[in-house]
Amino acid sequence: MNMKVNIAGVEWNNPVTVASGTFGSGAEFADYVDLNRLGAVTTKGVANVPWTGNPTPRVAETYGGMMNAVGLQNPGIDVFCERDIPFLRKYDTKIIVNVCGKSEQDYCEVVERLADEDVDMLEINISCPNVKEGGIAFGQNPKAAEEITRAVKKYAKQPVIMKLSPNVTSIAEMAKAVEAGGADAVSLINTITGMKIDINRKSFVLANKTGGVSGPAIHPIAVRMVYEAANAVDLPIIGMGGIMTAEDAIEMILAGASAVSVGTANFHNPSVTMDIVDGIEAYMKAQGFETVADMVGIVK
Amino acid sequence: MLMTKKREDAAVLSQECIAQDIYSMWLKTGAASEARPGQFISMYTNDGSKLLPRPISICEINKAEGSLRVVYRVTGENTGTELFSKMEPGDIVPVIGPLGNGFPYEKAEGRKVFLMGGGIGVPPILELAKQMKCAKKQIVVGYRNAETFLKEEFEKNGEVYISTEDGSVGTKGNVMDAIRENDLEADLIYACGPTPMLRAIKKYAEEKGIECYLSLEERMACGIGACLACVCQSKEKDHHSNVHNKRICKDGPVFLSTEVEI
Repeated sequence: MNMKVNIAGVEWNNPVTVASGTFGSGAEFADYVDLNRLGAVTTKGVANVPWTGNPTPRVAETYGGMMNAVGLQNPGIDVFCERDIPFLRKYDTKIIVNVCGKSEQDYCEVVERLADEDVDMLEINISCPNVKEGGIAFGQNPKAAEEITRAVKKYAKQPVIMKLSPNVTSIAEMAKAVEAGGADAVSLINTITGMKIDINRKSFVLANKTGGVSGPAIHPIAVRMVYEAANAVDLPIIGMGGIMTAEDAIEMILAGASAVSVGTANFHNPSVTMDIVDGIEAYMKAQGFETVADMVGIVK
Repeated sequence: MLMTKKREDAAVLSQECIAQDIYSMWLKTGAASEARPGQFISMYTNDGSKLLPRPISICEINKAEGSLRVVYRVTGENTGTELFSKMEPGDIVPVIGPLGNGFPYEKAEGRKVFLMGGGIGVPPILELAKQMKCAKKQIVVGYRNAETFLKEEFEKNGEVYISTEDGSVGTKGNVMDAIRENDLEADLIYACGPTPMLRAIKKYAEEKGIECYLSLEERMACGIGACLACVCQSKEKDHHSNVHNKRICKDGPVFLSTEVEI
């Protein structure tokens, strides 16, 4: 039995990565997680220049989940390349760089800059609900999603994962659009746009008014969307959305995900990814699966 | 080096209500061995619908017994803090910590100091008062009313000046009013409390040119510097994002007053 998975030509040691934005670039979690035991580390979104993000409060707890509107605060690609890539390269894990931007040019600039850097995959964030320009503007219109995919593919030397938004009518259509644009893989779901009101202050809890809802409350929605996307395209899918346990991760794999990302759960227990890797392995042993690929999408 | 830290099951040793909605809890936890005054722990509930940790400041540290005291406010019905308040000795609270930088209390040696706390910012001042060595230790603490929790414990550790919003004990008003009424002076300030109070202290300290350290708070998700939820505006570029957003959980919660905009 082995845990290795092949995602768009890149071999991961196991099918578990972390959701962008929940894990920094790994350094803050290095005391709590053996980074060598993650299939890949997906970094916080990085843009061509530093972004300051949104005003605070940026987070709120919701029933069985949370909302965030951090607004993609990041140090920009130069600091990222100097500091974060060398840090992550010390570990036996794959590096997936999440790329954010406000225009097609922004995305392409970052992707071009990364072309000769020692990173394994790119994840293009066209689904952040918390920045006004860019991001989601590309993620809710199939034509725009196809175009941006095609544009970044011109500059990319690493396989490109397009990160999809659940805030659409048909996730299958969005997945097909990025496939047509040349995507090598898709990841889903990003957060679901939500709102929370403080009834005593009679105001929005988040300074941004709306935020992205994540956590176990959205897990069944994510499983359904992974299933729909898996049935619509031939691309490998990285499934995410409310995975708290190995059981949640396995559900996602059986629905059609070739790998999984753990996000909000990292805030509940910073070492949770280790338990999830162990739990998937134990399930495979108990159920007699030789490879992860044998489990992918077997529930039809 | 790998996995030197983890979420740990701390055991409740004791729990007591010490004022309306204010609870004092001692926890048996490995976090005690490295804890400093002004640091905090992330406390998790055992309710799966409440995922995020509650960052709670450390009120007292007992290294010999491996225990920490937290004094916290129950913020409402069905909140995480209400769940904590119902716990009994032997119950388990998952925690991580100690987190944050803590007060640089070593700077106090030979100096005249204000240790200022307001509301639920009062508790971390206690361990600070216990560990600090200085020429003149003036503890200035503000409360809503006569429920002046921790007052007797402060009195064992320095000169205590109280303010209450309703005037029932000490100076009527806030901690700044108590300083004026008692004609107090200092050349170093440490403070923790609500933002309007910290803003007033920052202004006072900067007008008088007094070195001043403020403990800030903001809503957090991870508590360990990764999620970038709890940022504050800083004069210098922050180490993480190279903008002007220091992380309260990791770069703070204690900042030099001139370093932050509040």
